[in-house]
Amino acid sequence: MQQPVIKTELLTKRFGSFTAADELTFEVYPGEIFGFLGANGAGKTTAMRMLCGLSLPSSGKATIAGFDIYKQTEKIKQNIGYMSQKFSLYEDLTVIENIRFYAGIYGLSDKEIKAKSNNLLDQLGLQNEAKKLVSELPLGWKQKLSFSVAVIHQPKIVFLDEPTGGVDPVTRRQFWDLIYDASDKGLTVFVTTHYMDEAEYCNRISIMVDGRIEALDTPSNLKKQFSANSMDDVFYQLARGAKRNE
Amino acid sequence: MKQLFIFVRKEFYHVFRDRKTLLMLFGLPIAQIVLFGFALTTEIKNAKIVVADYSKDIVSKQIIDKIDASRYFDIEKSLMSHDQIEAAFKEGKIKMAVIFPENFNKNLLHTNKAQIQVIADASDLNTAVTLTNYISSIIGDYQQQMVKNVVLPYRIVPEIRMLYNPQLKGEHTFIPGMMAMIMMLVCVMMTAISIVKEKELGTMEILLVSPFKPLMVILSKFVPYLIISLVNVTSILLLSWIFLHLPIKGSILLLYAVSLLFIITSLAIGLLISIVSQSQQSAMFGSLMATMLPTLLLSGFMFPIENMPLPLQIISNVVPSKWFYIIVKDIMIKGSGFGAIWKETLILVGMTVFLLIISLKKFKIRLE
Repeated sequence: MQQPVIKTELLTKRFGSFTAADELTFEVYPGEIFGFLGANGAGKTTAMRMLCGLSLPSSGKATIAGFDIYKQTEKIKQNIGYMSQKFSLYEDLTVIENIRFYAGIYGLSDKEIKAKSNNLLDQLGLQNEAKKLVSELPLGWKQKLSFSVAVIHQPKIVFLDEPTGGVDPVTRRQFWDLIYDASDKGLTVFVTTHYMDEAEYCNRISIMVDGRIEALDTPSNLKKQFSANSMDDVFYQLARGAKRNE
Repeated sequence: MKQLFIFVRKEFYHVFRDRKTLLMLFGLPIAQIVLFGFALTTEIKNAKIVVADYSKDIVSKQIIDKIDASRYFDIEKSLMSHDQIEAAFKEGKIKMAVIFPENFNKNLLHTNKAQIQVIADASDLNTAVTLTNYISSIIGDYQQQMVKNVVLPYRIVPEIRMLYNPQLKGEHTFIPGMMAMIMMLVCVMMTAISIVKEKELGTMEILLVSPFKPLMVILSKFVPYLIISLVNVTSILLLSWIFLHLPIKGSILLLYAVSLLFIITSLAIGLLISIVSQSQQSAMFGSLMATMLPTLLLSGFMFPIENMPLPLQIISNVVPSKWFYIIVKDIMIKGSGFGAIWKETLILVGMTVFLLIISLKKFKIRLE
């Protein structure tokens, strides 16, 4: 078995008396697409923020790409990419300026930036739009651009926080093609979502309810385990017990 | 270092792509100079007056020439009779009438005493008082000249000297106040808004997840507005020199050094506001409340602090613009060197360090 690229042990985050993430223990392996599911307020984002180094855990252990999340945050930062649900592009900058900016703050050299941005534009078919402002792009393209920018420095893991919110199913499908491509090249993808059809695209998924991981397995195993026809069913069976709303 | 450059370049893209911001950043100083320098001055220029000279002698002629030469008055000579003067007052054509009685010079020579009647339209009290003051000082001036030539009997002439501003120029005090206001507005508001904007867009998270240091994020936000503010300082000084004929008596280098300090103070305030506000609107509102109001009301720029009730006087001490205003006034108008302003500068340095420490600490906490 390979070394896990994400490994957590009893990872917990409390805000006062409220436990947002409760003793999370799981492992994610290289090249895996790991789905992180849960209703709104189940603690997905809190968990992801801890793994990205945006928020400090209250207790528990975790390593990302082999680095400790308490002590080696700088090392972790070089090895992860992050895409938020807001797409996080600068609307008043052009496509190429956005690419160059993000490549630049990750410390890529001028040569690399040039090669990378050219590559990226080709890959996304955005060569003609390179000088257009991002605000003029359709949502689907922004999303693809946002993902490509998040992995421009070739990280080991990319965290996607509800990356497909607000886009139509066709665009969503295209976006997943992009994720598969990246995963084929060895990138580990950690994705939160609440679209159940997307859950089926993942290699393994975990379902969070009220801050705890209630289920963790491949989609087909989970369906068997809960004797359900679809991931929707599995999710409803688990989420019905939730006490928190929103 | 290269990363910093890339970030700063991005900030400049933001500034130059947004026409409205650009207009505000560079148009504001010009608009303010015009407003405060020309429209809002307390002094009166080219007031229409009537001079009725019933004496027509050398002395009256000389005094009239002196009045005519001053830029405060426009003499309408055509009117003569008392009735006509009264009619002109009623119609609002003139603000003041100066009447030399018959035998003006004779009286002066023989009795050492001569009278000039000055009638002002006191329905506008402030204007009337100002104009009569102007005329008294012109006549006083003339008397002094006479004393030099002719030996006159002993008499007391009150000598009023307006220190540092002998021409009673209103712009003198407006320019330093305006510099404080514009710098506050640009630095505080723009920094606060541009940081909060990144929070709103979610780009701040990306920056924090990246290896780019949070301190560098702050620094990159500071640099563009610092440069823009220095440009603004230069344009204010140039405009006031060219159009308002306001010289800088003290060291320009010192003036820039102090401005730089005040810019950093303002940037720190902007950073602090960006930390506590969650939306661009609240950042804007917070900046206005934290900067415009205190600068206008409590810096001494609009209202003299000495005349305020004690609690307000005490509060005014924590307003950075008050200290900056004092320093700039001293350097520009009095020509003071560092020796005269070190206390105020030290206070400003203290405030800046305090604000920077607090905001940097708070910014770090947010990352956890």
